[in-house]
Amino acid sequence: MTLAGWTLIALFIALCVAITKPMGLWLFALYEGRATPLTRVLGPVERGFYRLAGVDPAREQTWRQYALALLLFQLVTTLATYALLRLQAHLPLNPRGLPGLSPDLAMNTAISFVTNTNWQAYAGEATLSNLSQMLALVPHNFLSAASGIAVAFALFRGFARTQTPFIGNVWADLTRITLYLLLPLAVIYALVLVAGGVPQTFASTVDATTLEGAQQTLVLGPVASQEAIKMVGTNGGGFFNANSAHPYENPTALINFVQMLSIFAIGVGLTWCFGKAVGNPRQGWAILAAMLILFAGGVAVVYSAESVGNPLLHQAGLAGANLEGKELRFGMAASALFATVTTAASCGAVNAMHDSFTPLGGLIPLFNIELGEVVVGGVGSGIYGFLLFALLAVFIAGLMVGRTPEYVGKKIEAREVKLAVLAIVVLPLCILGGTALASVLPAGLAGPLNHGPHGFSEILYAFTSATGNNGSAFGGISANTPFYNGLLAVAMWIGRFFMIVPVLAIAGSLAGKRVIPASAGSFPTTGPLWVGLLVAVILIVGGLTFLPALALGPIAEYRAMLAGTLF
Amino acid sequence: MFDDLVRALRPALVLTVLLFALTGLAYPAAITAVAQALFPDAANGSLVVRDGRVIGSGLIAQGFAAPGYFHPRPSAAGKGYDPTASGGSNLGPTSRALIDRVAADVRANPGAPADLLTTSGSGLDPDISPQAAQWQVRRVAAARHIDEARIAGLVAASVETPLLGFLGEPHINVLKLNLALDKLAGTGAHSTR
Repeated sequence: MTLAGWTLIALFIALCVAITKPMGLWLFALYEGRATPLTRVLGPVERGFYRLAGVDPAREQTWRQYALALLLFQLVTTLATYALLRLQAHLPLNPRGLPGLSPDLAMNTAISFVTNTNWQAYAGEATLSNLSQMLALVPHNFLSAASGIAVAFALFRGFARTQTPFIGNVWADLTRITLYLLLPLAVIYALVLVAGGVPQTFASTVDATTLEGAQQTLVLGPVASQEAIKMVGTNGGGFFNANSAHPYENPTALINFVQMLSIFAIGVGLTWCFGKAVGNPRQGWAILAAMLILFAGGVAVVYSAESVGNPLLHQAGLAGANLEGKELRFGMAASALFATVTTAASCGAVNAMHDSFTPLGGLIPLFNIELGEVVVGGVGSGIYGFLLFALLAVFIAGLMVGRTPEYVGKKIEAREVKLAVLAIVVLPLCILGGTALASVLPAGLAGPLNHGPHGFSEILYAFTSATGNNGSAFGGISANTPFYNGLLAVAMWIGRFFMIVPVLAIAGSLAGKRVIPASAGSFPTTGPLWVGLLVAVILIVGGLTFLPALALGPIAEYRAMLAGTLF
Repeated sequence: MFDDLVRALRPALVLTVLLFALTGLAYPAAITAVAQALFPDAANGSLVVRDGRVIGSGLIAQGFAAPGYFHPRPSAAGKGYDPTASGGSNLGPTSRALIDRVAADVRANPGAPADLLTTSGSGLDPDISPQAAQWQVRRVAAARHIDEARIAGLVAASVETPLLGFLGEPHINVLKLNLALDKLAGTGAHSTR
């Protein structure tokens, strides 16, 4: 640990706070459906899309209509990507003649990208043509991000509106978020990445002859355009197998820093947007404060653990921090920070191999996802996941004082709490159920690369990452098998849509209620007491469920490491 | 409910086509056009050319093994330094395979710094630490029959320092260092881009 390292972490957190309101203002304009400066340029495109699609953007939908339309849209896009991946061999921009993907891998990949997970059972550079990368996958990086933000907007409207069945128009939300937020951000960012060294070409490979006369085949492609939206949309699916550890995806420490900020940019903005939507930005700041407390704790543990290093390696004669699986140009602090950011958000991009982290350094990424990725979280999914915990927190506070709980002007009653619990319970059910199954079936046990507790951690991480729609991995696991492709695809689908549908139902239910002004008896949801309660509820409800599983994996491995046991 | 589904069918199909075309074709094509015009070197992979031949990329490690060249970090990408199979070892902290590998490398290379004993995340890490380069100076100097002080001076001049003092780590690009070494030794041609 160095002063420079802590400076980097502190600067990162400060910059996140600094961009919260500017991003929030931009998001709030989209939330309200107001014109943005870009409307003048892209307005005709937006109107053209509506005309061709037969959409009236002013015609609002009930939560059922909103949810049905969104599910249907996701189903259609899943099938489109499945078809493109299966037919890869017959499509253009495939000079290497890569074959189509197997049915189970194509299905797993399509669902993975639709659900904003970007779990990758394949290695990009060895499996996908440039056309597959850009046409089968990149659109989902936009659309799954737009879907997350749209659902968050719908939930905000539920809180903000009074006695209406309508929560917005999903087609208008998706189109506007894509055109006026994600596309402009991605365009600027992609060019910044190229300026920083990231390739952007339709060429596929270049053959080099090294100074020693050896042959090396360099793989290129439209990397920057994919990289930009992969980070901004918290998708995380890399062009290359090594993801953001690959020098072509992440060439310098400066680009690395920008990548970390871009993962959080929209997520922090949404906290402010929520506060503004419910008429009090302090509501948003309270949420961000709770998030950043959890975040700072996580990054401190990872940075300490990785800097102290591995006593087993020390005994073998390798002194100092744990460099296995890390890139030299980023350094220890930026590797620890990236791992914490990418799992606090539902990004899943990695700039170091989590599988080779120390036990405690690897525990935090796992735990971050198991908390539901509500520490800033994925774009949209982070804030709506967090608001579910907020509903639980006011419910618990209400039980303590014996009053009907209220949150930002809405009474929280049995229906909302039931739906919130439903969405929250899906996570442990899927993660622990899937892990248990894979830990006893031969097809599951064939997966892990490492032995002992770490092998169990690889399985646990796979189901955690899939259900949480994160997409990072303890990458040693061999997951490209029909067993894992199938089971993890189910986990990803459930983790995404068994969350989105209850959230939209809550939005509909809240929108139908009237707004009640805060009174002396209302529990204040802006101060330190509230922030403390939120942190406690997230840690206890979200985290405690997973403690036994974590004890079998990283915690057992930590004990084994100290005792000098090898597997 | 069925009516709602039918009504959603046309927007779902049409917007899929339109948004895929916009974000999956128009967007990457436009970025490629601008990138190729403004930053052709980076956009094409930061290739290093000598005598009109591509000898590699400034961003991608190569498996230098001759004693007269500086060596990169070990690589777990394919059979080593294979850009078609990037990745790390993924060995965990209690892995016998990892500990045995490191112990064997320590025995073979006493005093080697940590970055020369660990595989990187990508297997293509183009850099080594200044200490790792200094540790190799004696071997390189002996193989090249060049004064150690001159090689050490080259190493010192090749160090890239962290931006603003805290962004990144001091490091040396191995390919660039070896090119400079060839130039110093007068081997190979001198035209680099």
